[in-house]
Amino acid sequence: MADLLTAPTAAPGAAPSPPRARPRRARRNTLIGWSFILPNFLGFALLTLVPVAGALALSFMEWDSYNPPEWVGLDNFERLLRDESTMIALRNTAYYALGHVPLTMLAALGLALLLNRRLRGVGFFRAAAFFPYVTSLVAVAIVWNMLFNPEFGPVNQFLSWLGVDSPPGWTTSVDWAMPAVILTSVWRDMGYYMVLFLAGLQAIPTEHHEAARVDGANAWQRFRAVTLPGLRPVTFLVLILLTVQSFKVFDLVVVMTDGGPGRATLVLSQQIYRRGIIEGEFGYASAISLVLFLLVLVLTLTQFWFNNRRERS
Amino acid sequence: MSTADTAAPPAARRPRPLAQVVLYTVLGLCAVAILVPFLWMVSASLKRNNEVLTSPIRWIPDEFQWGNFTRIWDQIPLGTYLGNTVFLSLVITLLQVLTGSFAAYGFAKVRFRGRDALFLAYIATIAVPWQAYMIPQYIMMQKAGLTDTFLSLILLQAFGAFGVFLMRQYYLTIPDELCEAARVDGLSEYGIWARIMLPLSRPALASLALLTFVNTWNDYMGPFIYLTSNDLWTIQLGLRSFVGQYDADYAMMMTGSVLSVLPILVIFLLGQRYFIQGVATSGIKG
Repeated sequence: MADLLTAPTAAPGAAPSPPRARPRRARRNTLIGWSFILPNFLGFALLTLVPVAGALALSFMEWDSYNPPEWVGLDNFERLLRDESTMIALRNTAYYALGHVPLTMLAALGLALLLNRRLRGVGFFRAAAFFPYVTSLVAVAIVWNMLFNPEFGPVNQFLSWLGVDSPPGWTTSVDWAMPAVILTSVWRDMGYYMVLFLAGLQAIPTEHHEAARVDGANAWQRFRAVTLPGLRPVTFLVLILLTVQSFKVFDLVVVMTDGGPGRATLVLSQQIYRRGIIEGEFGYASAISLVLFLLVLVLTLTQFWFNNRRERS
Repeated sequence: MSTADTAAPPAARRPRPLAQVVLYTVLGLCAVAILVPFLWMVSASLKRNNEVLTSPIRWIPDEFQWGNFTRIWDQIPLGTYLGNTVFLSLVITLLQVLTGSFAAYGFAKVRFRGRDALFLAYIATIAVPWQAYMIPQYIMMQKAGLTDTFLSLILLQAFGAFGVFLMRQYYLTIPDELCEAARVDGLSEYGIWARIMLPLSRPALASLALLTFVNTWNDYMGPFIYLTSNDLWTIQLGLRSFVGQYDADYAMMMTGSVLSVLPILVIFLLGQRYFIQGVATSGIKG
């Protein structure tokens, strides 16, 4: 994120101008700049900035569609701690993230290392790995649900063929439904993060690899000493994106298991949707979404902090 | 993916033939493993319902049931769903590309007070999960009487910060001297955007358009929350309802899935370069 704000400096008015013309030109630039940004900004402010502020205020109110909103302080948050299904949703979301983040990262890095070479047809393989990411989640969820069918699904037939005696019941089992969701999401997302890793790998100067090779380093040593450190910025970015994405999980769960069996795969976003939009408890649902947001924020900031500390040492 | 290829490390040593064979075998196995769900989907869509889940799996149907692909149009209003999805995807993509590239010019090439702070606000909201503010959004839409209309989804998705971000990153790579020269020649800022920046940023525009189109096409959560009338449903909602409705009709479910993925496959094959560049730019340069 370093060059995010290092915007170009030369712009209209950058050339030296007589002092008196400057304020007028600055005003003109401000007008022109805003005129470019305004069409997008109006929609953005009304539909993103206002709701973000609204969510914050709503968390401290009790409001359903029938009665006027009422300020209740921290009541919603107290209720949240006592609400069993919200706590289950919180735990399930953490479980999902703990599986989804490291597995997707490993799979994506593995694919990137495998496909970072000049090779006839490598474009096809990259495209194949990326394609699941652009297909619709609904189709993906339906197909994987069938692949995970306990009796006749290809996954369990493959496991039996490998010699597994009693393969898991996947989406029909309380214990295995979440792993099934995680595996599906890893399969779908790894191609996306592979592209990020590939770009990162290509940013590592080849001279570094050459130098290590001349020094007699073997492939594993080169990977440890050159590739991994070189990938640090990308790895950090991927980690943050994946964490944020994991805590937002919604569609996949809704279509694949609808939170079930029981509440085995109920996640936070689903809980917000059920409480807020289905049951119309706007205040309470906003409190849950504020918790979701704070969790993502704290995790992101912690990762930034770790990253900075390691960079300095 | 030509750019990716040229940047790949040069083959320092000539690979041995055996290593090549091993490498291609590994790559082939990986590709099959990744694509197997799609193969299974297509295979199941061409079977009789009672042939879909069998043990052992039969990958090639005894008799190809092409009739599935005509029968599905009678079972659900697929034409309406597809029409709705195409309409929404096109309108949202057009608005996002237009307002996004327009605003990006303001952020990248015009200097004024408060610009960077404003841009920071844009980026910060990319990191805020949509779930965190979907309730107030929903209330606003409800008060405006816009729930269960296309307009609600168009408003929600057409002004995303992502498009502004992606286009700005690209505009930063276009030298300022070019704009300066155009200014000297008397072109207005709007003229520079329309006559110089837009043509030069075609690859980025393509990336943004394709990513937005596919995202809208595939979106489930937005339509799921906002569209309740059956005649407004998108293909994703239709597909999902089909699962509940014909719970046991596996072959039809797969036929529907194939039909919903097919347009995306075509678009992906035509523009995969732009997809991958778009992802790489938005990630790395950020």
